[in-house]
Amino acid sequence: MKTLISTLAATCMALTASFALAADKPTDPQIAHIAYSAGVIDVEAAKLALQKTKNAEVKAFAESMKKDHEAVNEMALALVKKLKVTPEDNATSKALVKAADEKRAELGKLEGKAFDKAYIENEVAYHKQVNGALETLLIPSAQNAELKSLLETGLKLFQGHEQHAEHVAADLK
Amino acid sequence: MTTLLLTRRQVLATGAAMLAGSTLARAHDGTVHVAIRNLAFQPAEIEVRAGETIEWTNDDPFAHTATVKGGWEVMIPPGKKATHVVTAGDTVDYYCRFHPNMKGRIKVVD
Repeated sequence: MKTLISTLAATCMALTASFALAADKPTDPQIAHIAYSAGVIDVEAAKLALQKTKNAEVKAFAESMKKDHEAVNEMALALVKKLKVTPEDNATSKALVKAADEKRAELGKLEGKAFDKAYIENEVAYHKQVNGALETLLIPSAQNAELKSLLETGLKLFQGHEQHAEHVAADLK
Repeated sequence: MTTLLLTRRQVLATGAAMLAGSTLARAHDGTVHVAIRNLAFQPAEIEVRAGETIEWTNDDPFAHTATVKGGWEVMIPPGKKATHVVTAGDTVDYYCRFHPNMKGRIKVVD
């Protein structure tokens, strides 16, 4: 448990650090890449959960994450195509993906209830971090109105996910 | 006289439009429509009578639900419609189970 908490704390710190790197206002192509990467990360986490969990509520949650993040990323792809913007890889995206790969490897070693609990707790923490970044950095930095609007939809969606994850976490206790 | 008649008609028309405005969500067939757009129930609050049908239309690309805590739940897939027939005890708050920040309220009136 102690290890789990320290790992969670480390992940949170890594995420905070990733977003802090972008403190010098990301550009629209970078914002698009960060938002898209954040979505892919949660889809990957959901796929792992769908392989591992036997809990119906966790399964329903993971299915919802997979479908929602895929849908919003499709919207993002359609928008960048329309705007003729090429998403640009950057330090924030790289740090996010690195932290997520480490987290997924760690979750992959857990089974049963321990997995369910760690997955859902990470979902709460992850959405909290992404929402914080959207609110304080990505949305205020976005120059294009349509990109800003899509990010705002994303924020509402992910705030919903955060609450959903909190409900599931409470039920797992 | 004709002018007066027209004016009265206009007044009546205006009155009818105002009435229609106050029951915007209500169709003629006892169905009350709620749209789901951009992660929000629109309108968020509705007044209905027992026996009427609430019809949610999900314009989002995301699956939503209308869920009453400890009560009924309606699944509303992306791009689809779903209904619930109102009962006398349906003065309730509801939310989307997948996105609990989406909230709505149903008030049953006589």
